[in-house]
Amino acid sequence: MSKMKKILTTPIFNENPIAFQILGICSALAVTSKLETSIVMSLAVTFVLAFSNLSVSLIRKHIPSSIRIIVEMTIIASLVIIADQIIKAFAYNISKQLSVYVGLIITNCIIMGRAEAFALKNPPLASFIDGIGNGLGYTVILLTVGFFRELVGSGKLLGFQVLPIYTEGGWYVPNGLFLLPPSAFFLIGLIVWALRTWKPEQVQED
Amino acid sequence: MLEHYLSLFIKSIFIENMALAFFLGMCTFLAVSKKVETAVGLGLAVVVVQAITMPVNNLLYRFVIADGALAWAGMPDVDLSFLGLITYIGVIAAMVQILEMALDKFMPKLYHALGIFLPLITVNCAILGGSLFMVERNYNFPESVVFGIGSGAGFALAIIALSGIREKMKYSNVPKGLRGLGITFITVGLMAIAFMLFSGIQL
Repeated sequence: MSKMKKILTTPIFNENPIAFQILGICSALAVTSKLETSIVMSLAVTFVLAFSNLSVSLIRKHIPSSIRIIVEMTIIASLVIIADQIIKAFAYNISKQLSVYVGLIITNCIIMGRAEAFALKNPPLASFIDGIGNGLGYTVILLTVGFFRELVGSGKLLGFQVLPIYTEGGWYVPNGLFLLPPSAFFLIGLIVWALRTWKPEQVQED
Repeated sequence: MLEHYLSLFIKSIFIENMALAFFLGMCTFLAVSKKVETAVGLGLAVVVVQAITMPVNNLLYRFVIADGALAWAGMPDVDLSFLGLITYIGVIAAMVQILEMALDKFMPKLYHALGIFLPLITVNCAILGGSLFMVERNYNFPESVVFGIGSGAGFALAIIALSGIREKMKYSNVPKGLRGLGITFITVGLMAIAFMLFSGIQL
């Protein structure tokens, strides 16, 4: 049981997919200007990751290794189509804001990377949990970035005004830089710095 | 008419740069930008693949996948648009495979120069993202050719510039925890701000 727990928790801080494995960064940067879109994106990625790991692991002994990439791609693409259709059906406005990035979960390297590195070698249950764990690691970074970008950039959280803006009689002057895409780079850079100061064994010599 | 295409071309390279404005292909962008040489190879590969897959996907979209696109085959009520994603990624994977074989046969020198990057491109989101943008913005066939070449060139430009900066950065004294990934993120952030200067330019 403790082994399962370890599989679940290592990817959250110790081997975070974004900050340590450098996987799945594209979507992390593009959708985080609001907390709401970050949450939906994290849920979608965690869903696809867990089930793609499960499915790949279930058939891992039957896939010839020469065509495994295309098999994995097909599984992932089908799952992403399901997630895309669900988001379109239940949260149409958010799906418009996420634009092409839901579709891009297919090429999100976290999913492919975990399928290759973990699911091909481990039993289904462990793979499923590994998927959830990596999904959580991704979620942690996305939510942190989304939280700061929305709060500092527009004084809102989940669309509610938290800090009163000066144009409406309050005191807070929003920092527009945080709504612009480059701020996500700075934030993730700083998160990586903080994480590596906390856990020095992750430092790379470059 | 020519002006329109030229404008689209410039726009896709500078203003809507795949890497620095839309953050597509970031994994490869960060992982393969340690040396200028490899960055040039990857940039070239992206331009070629982008220029081929985009028009192919455009034709597929307009004649097979889009709502009512099968009218020429006598099936005007069929809407296959939910199959879009799986089709585009299939086309990209197939194209990369074919390109790899063709290059190996006819241009072995270039093939060896590109090496591992060619197969890696299948999972580069800039390629799939390009096709998805093309569908979202409803480009016609010539526009998709121009957009394909332009967006590929934009990605190549960005990755070569970043690798140049990273080569120089070896000589600087970066705080320990920031070394490697952290400082690269911040560099890319500054580059993205620089590229935002182009926004709003109308040709």
